[in-house]
Amino acid sequence: MGLTLTRAAQWTTSSSGTAKLESTPLNESLLKEILEFVEKIGSKSPQEAEHVFEEPLQWNTTLVASHFKKGYNTRGSTVKSNEKDSEGNPLLQLSPPSLYVRNFSQLSKLLHVAKDRKLQEVQACLEENRDPMVNILGWNFISKLDRTRSPPEVPIDASEKDVKVKLFILLQDIDKKILNKLVAEISEQVQLDPTIVTKEVELFKQCCTEGEERLLKSLRYTSDFEFSNGCRAPLWRQALGEICYLVIEPCDGEILNITCSSAGVFLNAGFQQEGDESHYERKSDFYEDLASLLKNRSPHFAENINKQVVDGEERGRAQKSEKQQENIVHQWERLQRALYGRKKCDTCQRWRNLGVLTVCGPAEEEKARKSSVEKKRPGARSRMKAELSASYSPGHLSSQRTKTSAGAVVEEQFSESSSETEEEEEQPERRSETNPDLPSEYWQIQKLVKYLKAADQTVTVLVLCAMMELDLTKETCQLAIQDLGGLEVLLNLLDTNDIRCKIGSLKILTKISQNGFLRQTIVHMRGLQRMVNNLDSPVKELQALAAETIANVAKDRRARRTVRHHGGIRKLVKLLDCIHDSANLRANMEKDLEVARCGASALWSCSKSSKNKEAIRKAGGIPLLGRLLRSPQENMLIPVVGTLQECASQESYRVAIQTEGMIEDLVKNLRRDNDELQMLCASAIFKCAEDKRTRDLVRSNKGLQPLVSLLAKADNKQLLAAATGAIWKCSFSMKNVAIFQESKALQTLIGLLTDQPEDVLVNVVGALGQFAQKPANKTAICNGGGIKALINLLNGTNQALLVNVTKAVGACATEKDNVAIIDQLDGVRLVWSLLKNPSTEVQSSAAWALCPCIENAKDAREMVLFLIGGLELIVHLLKSTNNEVRTSICAVVAKLAKDKEILGVLTDRGVVSLLAELINTTDNRLRCYLAEAIGHCCMWRNNRASFGEYGAVGPLVRYLESKDTSVLMSTAMALYQLSKEPSNIITMHEEGVVQQLIHLTGSDDSKLQEFAAGCLRNIRLLSLANQRAACSNENP
Amino acid sequence: MTEMSAKTRKTIQTQAENLSKKVEHFTKAEIECLIQHFNSLLADQVSRGKAAHGLDRGRFRGILQNVFGLTNAMMMDGVFRCFDKDGDGTVTVEEWIRGHAVFLRGTLDERMKYCFQVYDLNDDKYISKEEIFHMLKQSFIKQPTEEDPDEGLKEVVEITMKTMDHDHDSLLSFEDFKKSVQAENLLLEAFGTCLPDPMVISQIIKCINLSFLSDVQADNVYF
Repeated sequence: MGLTLTRAAQWTTSSSGTAKLESTPLNESLLKEILEFVEKIGSKSPQEAEHVFEEPLQWNTTLVASHFKKGYNTRGSTVKSNEKDSEGNPLLQLSPPSLYVRNFSQLSKLLHVAKDRKLQEVQACLEENRDPMVNILGWNFISKLDRTRSPPEVPIDASEKDVKVKLFILLQDIDKKILNKLVAEISEQVQLDPTIVTKEVELFKQCCTEGEERLLKSLRYTSDFEFSNGCRAPLWRQALGEICYLVIEPCDGEILNITCSSAGVFLNAGFQQEGDESHYERKSDFYEDLASLLKNRSPHFAENINKQVVDGEERGRAQKSEKQQENIVHQWERLQRALYGRKKCDTCQRWRNLGVLTVCGPAEEEKARKSSVEKKRPGARSRMKAELSASYSPGHLSSQRTKTSAGAVVEEQFSESSSETEEEEEQPERRSETNPDLPSEYWQIQKLVKYLKAADQTVTVLVLCAMMELDLTKETCQLAIQDLGGLEVLLNLLDTNDIRCKIGSLKILTKISQNGFLRQTIVHMRGLQRMVNNLDSPVKELQALAAETIANVAKDRRARRTVRHHGGIRKLVKLLDCIHDSANLRANMEKDLEVARCGASALWSCSKSSKNKEAIRKAGGIPLLGRLLRSPQENMLIPVVGTLQECASQESYRVAIQTEGMIEDLVKNLRRDNDELQMLCASAIFKCAEDKRTRDLVRSNKGLQPLVSLLAKADNKQLLAAATGAIWKCSFSMKNVAIFQESKALQTLIGLLTDQPEDVLVNVVGALGQFAQKPANKTAICNGGGIKALINLLNGTNQALLVNVTKAVGACATEKDNVAIIDQLDGVRLVWSLLKNPSTEVQSSAAWALCPCIENAKDAREMVLFLIGGLELIVHLLKSTNNEVRTSICAVVAKLAKDKEILGVLTDRGVVSLLAELINTTDNRLRCYLAEAIGHCCMWRNNRASFGEYGAVGPLVRYLESKDTSVLMSTAMALYQLSKEPSNIITMHEEGVVQQLIHLTGSDDSKLQEFAAGCLRNIRLLSLANQRAACSNENP
Repeated sequence: MTEMSAKTRKTIQTQAENLSKKVEHFTKAEIECLIQHFNSLLADQVSRGKAAHGLDRGRFRGILQNVFGLTNAMMMDGVFRCFDKDGDGTVTVEEWIRGHAVFLRGTLDERMKYCFQVYDLNDDKYISKEEIFHMLKQSFIKQPTEEDPDEGLKEVVEITMKTMDHDHDSLLSFEDFKKSVQAENLLLEAFGTCLPDPMVISQIIKCINLSFLSDVQADNVYF
């Protein structure tokens, strides 16, 4: 409570006698809070309430004896309570007009007695007991809590102390509560701050011209010294919220002595002589700004101010005004905006200090206390003294932290709340999403930028160092540097010759370029060009920093392009060339490596553009990266592998990675205990392992085992995605699958089928699809619960995932027993419905998956016919323009057509004509499955004839020219079926089929022989029949 | 160099022999080269009719300006003070070599000591705010908005002091300076350029090495 009273309450400034609490709404609410607390303490914490005060609280009451009834002993005008303390003194005593109270329960009862006058009583009590905490708990106790406070320590009884501590905590709590509430209340009221005042003053200074139109005769500050926070008032007055003092001579009337304080602007008594404190006293009302005070005091000013502004504006619009005038208008507008909407402020600066109470550490506090004690002087500063004597509560002294920690501290207090006006009113249209609180760093940066512009290289470096001391990772700082023109200065420094300035500037730029917003601005300001220019400086540190900054900035496409266009890629690649064989450069090795590391980082950022990948390759980057890949340092390896894996999307890099032996190094680094590095290596392998030789290299370098062990780090999703990806691609080689299985990869992968992000799932399922190529694994996947998870994934929408899932399901379905399980889980229907997926890849892979399902189903007919509309879908997809889809659908048709009934339905849907339309394809795979489908469709006699009618036979015969055995096989089969129709035989014969079929009978494949021979037989039979018919015709 | 008499050559060699034991960072051959350079500078001075055992302040400042590219007068005085260890107003050959050792190949520690000495204008082992202010006085170029240009400088000095003065005694001791520089190398030449530019250094080193390329042992080169 002490804190609230001394710091928050607004006391009158009258120097005579006891101070009064001003009657302001804030004081009122404060009193109410205290009242409520006292009233409730009796019921809430009875033990503490009974604690007898060290000294009674004493005040002049308006209550008289007649008010007191039950529980009091009234004798004449004096009243004593029946309750007494351990020594027999009554806990309440009234001897008019004085009232003594010795504990909280009595206080609470008293308030009850006072009824509607209780507020006045509380006020009187507080006014006369300026330090109630001391009364309640005793000086000794307080000083124990607060060592620096004087008198000697006296041992305190333990149990009593216990209660005291509790009471103390209680009081502190309520103190804090009240303060928080009040801070919330006042924080709505925005106040003046030094910048606004300075701006206003600057503006009016320009109005102090000669001639008729001038607004003022003169205007000056009383002090030329400006503190770092922009205030000019002495520090101890700043603590009261005063910012500066002005002496203004208006055109009419006498000289005005003005105080600008955070609460507003008012007239003071004027400076008569140095050391006289009385001139600080307020002599007028508060005005919300300088202009309103002047308008009020000087009619001339009021009359002319509006004219000037209007004039200025008009001239500004006409675009022929002098620069200065324009400036005035601009400033006016800004000022108006800054001041507009600001509520009338009449709160005291002390309120503001409340906001920073919590940040005040004990050390600073003590220092500040010393300094303020030094300053303690008799006389007009009685108020300050009152504050000092009450300063026992932690954090209390922050307002008095003046002399020693000077500027920064005070500034912190000011900017804490003053910021709001600044940011909210001045910049909302520019960046509404930013935090409205401007931190103290904002002002600091403003100053530093100003100095940067005016300093030579030595001071520039000092200022840059000072800037580095700020927390540049904070967004507010970063944006402040940009907004205040600092970014431009920093970038300009890169064009100078001074190495230290450049280094300092880059050190800041690397940090602030973490911010995307600033990166854009840097690119706009041609920052990248300047950084690139510094890449070939002979100073290593500079090279490294420039590269590091580029690494940060080149995160979006435009920036990466800019780097390339300015020859940055070539220069960056050059930085990688750091390993020299000569021993005499050992000492420089470290620096060289750092340069190379930064170069690699920059390349990593740049390598996200495919043209940059090409540029890196052309600049000879691949062998250099390969060399650095053998480096032992992880911080070097990360950007190097990062670049490589990024570039591995290009064929040329994949080849290089394979041929230059980098796989070995990648595998080696997989074993390092660094998640990021492992992730990047796995990702590189993922991208490269499409190639069979690469897969073999991974195996021969024993890279498969570590990949599996990475699966244990399931929490790191990026790592998991890369590792599963690498496993997937590596498992394209069956030898690799065998090794994976040795380390129980299959089980782990099945376990990863649930609750993983999609990019992991795609890879896991892809790998499972490969694993399922081995018959034993098919059962393992189905039995291990894998199939259920897989089928669940069929409900997803990720196309890459769906492709892999259908592949895996299809692979599993090649095992007869599995199909039953899949069908049971509704898998076939789901796969079938994927034929409707817009992606052709999904369509085809679903169709491929259907083939084994149909083939191995116990009752395919029932299964298929049950799927309403399923067959139409199949027939419809034959119209697809995608060859892979057509091929896969032909395969499905071939499987389906084995069932006569289904074939009937298909035929009704026009499958024959659609198949016949595909006949002219040149795609061997499609030819193969198409021929097979045609062959199977020929089970119906009508179809055989139809194929002939649609002209499919002739082209089919030409398939026999193919060298692909599977095409030959299915074609021979189809021809055999078609040859059952005499009209077809004629066409075949015309196409010269006999010669080719005879050739095929000599094939090694007995089936092929059979079909070819069967077809020949049919042809032969027909021709025999023909001959016979001819004979019979000739000889009837 | 070619027309140098055998006797002078002999003297230089002994001199170099001795100095190479005293001064780090240089090989004997390099020292010989530096001595020759010193002698030729001295000869210029002698020809103008002055005493010959060392370079005087004016001559030295000229060299700093022309060879090492230092321009700030106050800094040059400081550098002279540091070179001239015995404070006799001239830089002897040994002082010359020692100074060069720091200039060209000084470790960070040596450079810190050297810079601190340059900046400690009154040689009281502390750099005070006043000294800093004095050194930076010329550093603020123009300040159109500010009435008093010193104001900004004062502020910079304050800020710098705050970051560098670790023991909070408002004075920079060598310890303070060292700590600050180790944390941020840029603060080595915080209050004025008193070391040659890296380019200049590498040029000079090239000069030294070129003349005695054959003698330089690869593993003796630190730079």
